[in-house]
Amino acid sequence: MILQFGIILGLLAIGELIVNALSLPVPSSIIGMILLTASLQFGIIKLHQVERLTSFLLKNLGFFFVPAGIGLINSLDVLKGELGAIVGASVGSTIIIIAVTGWVYQLVRKATSRRNKNDINLSQE
Amino acid sequence: MEFLENKYLLISLTFLIYIGAQRLQKACGLKLLNPILITMCVMICYLLFFNIDYATYQEGGRYIDFWLKPAIVALGVPLYKQLSTIRRQMLPLLVAEIAGCVAGLFSVIILARLFGASHEVVMSLAPKAVTTPIAIEVSSAIGGIPALTAAVVVSTGVFGGIAGFQIIKLSRIRSSIAGGLSMGTAAHAIGTSAAMEQSERFGAYSSLGLTINGLLTALLAPFLLEVMGMI
Repeated sequence: MILQFGIILGLLAIGELIVNALSLPVPSSIIGMILLTASLQFGIIKLHQVERLTSFLLKNLGFFFVPAGIGLINSLDVLKGELGAIVGASVGSTIIIIAVTGWVYQLVRKATSRRNKNDINLSQE
Repeated sequence: MEFLENKYLLISLTFLIYIGAQRLQKACGLKLLNPILITMCVMICYLLFFNIDYATYQEGGRYIDFWLKPAIVALGVPLYKQLSTIRRQMLPLLVAEIAGCVAGLFSVIILARLFGASHEVVMSLAPKAVTTPIAIEVSSAIGGIPALTAAVVVSTGVFGGIAGFQIIKLSRIRSSIAGGLSMGTAAHAIGTSAAMEQSERFGAYSSLGLTINGLLTALLAPFLLEVMGMI
């Protein structure tokens, strides 16, 4: 278990180093996540060396957001005046993002798989 | 009563309320009884009632906050497991992500202005679909209120986690890949944890959505807002 903590926190530390050194506009955690995927893919890290910790973290992902959510307490004044606008815009935009992302994916996927089929047909002729 | 603002008390309350809410949700089978939402509300009421400020809460709370970044690193595991499927469909994934990111930014800004939000609030809402650390960065870069952004990000995630599957169904999104992708793009890590409960494949595409949209938003938001003449 200690090794698992060491690996995950170590990757995060490398992420911090990269972000600071290159002054990237991306958070260190995203870099760490990409590093973890790459290390697993290239066999530098084995799945069983991290999986106990990562499955615990992923199972409780939402919990780690709670303190940030409680931070709402500092914006209650702004909220009171513009609650309707904030909720309306967030809810509306969330629905739009879900629909647009899903539709575009399905459309492009359909288009590309059809083209691939055509390619195969052409080569057979 | 000084004990009421003891950091160990505040942090243990956070754990226990969350667990209680989780059990309650399971017992009732109601998605609306989201544990994050309930814990947020109960703790905010507690702090307001006993007149404790957020900085005092964070003396304990930051130890929970600390695990947010390692938890996002952990999303690399489901991503790795789906890597070969992801590689085979780079094009549809990328195009969908760009569309989702741009649609998200435009829609939230246009809607917020329509509903009469102030400039500061509009800027705070702009990066609301992506995970907290990115959203806070973007928000402060474009002139929003980072604390408000953080809270809106969490609320958006909770809403996505609760209503996301319904929206996916109503928009006739059928493949679990498209659904997972949409979930992560719109509701970042909180939506992803809901997706993870559905299936590992769903969760993997959701973490892909949150990653790509996070990167795209960080890169595109300042630029798009400038084009729209908002900065």
